[in-house]
Amino acid sequence: MSHATGLKYVKPGVMPHMWCSGCGIGGMLGALLRAFEELGYGKTDTVVVTGIGCTGKADDYLLTNALHTTHGRALAYATGIKAFKPQLNVVVLMGDGDSVTIGGNHFIHAARRNIDLTAIVLNNLNYGMTGGQVSGTTPEWAITSTTSYGNPEREFDICALAETAGANYVARCTPDAGWEMKEIMKQALGRKGFSLVEVVSPCPTHFGRNNDMKETPAMLQWLAERATPVERYRQLAEAERKSHFPIGTLVDKHEPDFNTRYDTIRARARQA
Amino acid sequence: MSHAIKQERKATQALAAVEKETRLMQGNQAIAEGAIYAGARFFAGYPITPSSEIADECAKRMPALGGMYMQMEDEIASIAAVIGASLAGAKAFTATSGPGFSLMQENLGLAVMGEVPCVIVNVQRSGPSTGLATKPAQSDIMQIRWGRHGDQAVIALCPASVRECFTLTVQAFNFAERFRLPVILMPDEIVGHMRENVALPLPGELEVLQRKAPGGAPAAYLPFKPDADGIAPLAAYGSEYVFHVTSSMHGTDGYSNNDPANAAWRVRQLHEKIERYRDDIVLTRSYYTEEMEVLIVTLGATTRAGRAAALEARAQGIKAGVLQLQTVWPFPDKEIAALGARARMVVVPEMNYSGQVAGEVQKALGPGADIRRVNRYNGTIITPQDILDAMIRPANAERG
Repeated sequence: MSHATGLKYVKPGVMPHMWCSGCGIGGMLGALLRAFEELGYGKTDTVVVTGIGCTGKADDYLLTNALHTTHGRALAYATGIKAFKPQLNVVVLMGDGDSVTIGGNHFIHAARRNIDLTAIVLNNLNYGMTGGQVSGTTPEWAITSTTSYGNPEREFDICALAETAGANYVARCTPDAGWEMKEIMKQALGRKGFSLVEVVSPCPTHFGRNNDMKETPAMLQWLAERATPVERYRQLAEAERKSHFPIGTLVDKHEPDFNTRYDTIRARARQA
Repeated sequence: MSHAIKQERKATQALAAVEKETRLMQGNQAIAEGAIYAGARFFAGYPITPSSEIADECAKRMPALGGMYMQMEDEIASIAAVIGASLAGAKAFTATSGPGFSLMQENLGLAVMGEVPCVIVNVQRSGPSTGLATKPAQSDIMQIRWGRHGDQAVIALCPASVRECFTLTVQAFNFAERFRLPVILMPDEIVGHMRENVALPLPGELEVLQRKAPGGAPAAYLPFKPDADGIAPLAAYGSEYVFHVTSSMHGTDGYSNNDPANAAWRVRQLHEKIERYRDDIVLTRSYYTEEMEVLIVTLGATTRAGRAAALEARAQGIKAGVLQLQTVWPFPDKEIAALGARARMVVVPEMNYSGQVAGEVQKALGPGADIRRVNRYNGTIITPQDILDAMIRPANAERG
């Protein structure tokens, strides 16, 4: 069997893409499209829903159905698509702004509802498209264009948020490990209910430049020092955990998704 | 409920179905029933007074019809889910009031830009802000037309009775489907909460339109390329026609497009599809306008007060008539100008301070017309006497 390339989902003539050198979005998208191919996803039965920002530009490269939405609301649009037509594969691509900053309310409710969406969050730790401002996932005390003296606020742990809110599947990865990323995405896509994959990505152009990691290798090194396989992470002492984050599958449950539960409502209504 | 009672109820319902059913209904309930009649099978909303009965009714009725009621986390999500469901092929709608309608504006812009059929019910209540949350107003007229950023147009319909709540909801879906755009139904709280006996239209009695689906080779489908009629066909996600919809400026293929000529064409096309069919879209009703010296322009709850005022005026020797605006946007300027030309005076009662309708009437009639404004903005209804008073006060007097 030849290796999946994912190219059959890519619009001809659109390369090179618009993302900066060193950015993880291209790698994330490549892994996702290879996962599509290995799972046999069609263009007709797949809808990619995007938000606004660097990650939100992804739909312009794709040949599947797509809906490019407003900032932070991608999950709410995707919810309407999936709720009405459960047979579709609905995949939502967001940044850290879309998912847990401006769109945080939709994020926790999509997870609580356990709607059968696959949400991929490209967390580049700041607002890239608008010039590197602080977001809800910027580490505390980090420098951004709107936190010149350090970020006084604490950051969200996206995966912990999804887990607490009720997601069926939660995983984290980094874009330097393409095969692992693709495998995790396959698991997320295959799991019914709300699935969340956080891809912690370098942003050398903004986050890196502002925090003494202007060159991509420095940012990758920064990520590598922190990304810790979840089994090892769980053995770390509390104090050590602060400077690490777990990667791999963090939550894997099989609770019934929203549409399955709604079928019960329909059956009850018909008997009433 | 016992089996026997259930059986008997079913038999009674079957009998009632043969004859035209007359039911005591609330305006909001008639809106939900009208939506179901029009084929709506997806409702997403967030509860808000005075619109919540529409949500309640949909929650009860949709599941047994194979449809869906979704209570979203806010109104931003509600309109987003409605748009998503519509692109998946649903006739979809939401219902809200002022504060929720304000929250919906950005995503409503996507429905305009992406040419997504959907219906938004704004049961108007008194503001500003939380205002008098349970009291009526007609003060969102300009927000409905201009509430979103960017240059764009929508269609808005305003019912004046419980029956019109039903029929104009069906009409709203028909316009949404035919022209690929969001249509706003804008009852005021009085009409939304009014109860009347109504004989509901039978299935097949009212025309129910479906959006135009694409034909031809799927690979050649361009979701934003208008046919000769000015409207592009719309596929549904999951069909053989794969398509892109974006909030960004886009070409006929639905992909981002930054070309200035394309941008100009898109903005023009979004307006022109309404302008072209303007005469089909503008719906008005007139009462007692054959021989007329005073024209009363009404919408929603002011219609009954206007008609009562016209009859009373005629009893007193003033020949008054009423033009009811069922369509508010696009504004019925030609209809107002035609009738207004035959009147020495035009009275515009409306439940707001700023005269949002009167300003448009002024534009339609030009300077020099004797336009009498009647404004209420305290959450109480405009009475026939208020309108009569405006007719007999001297021109340019302080408004009442």
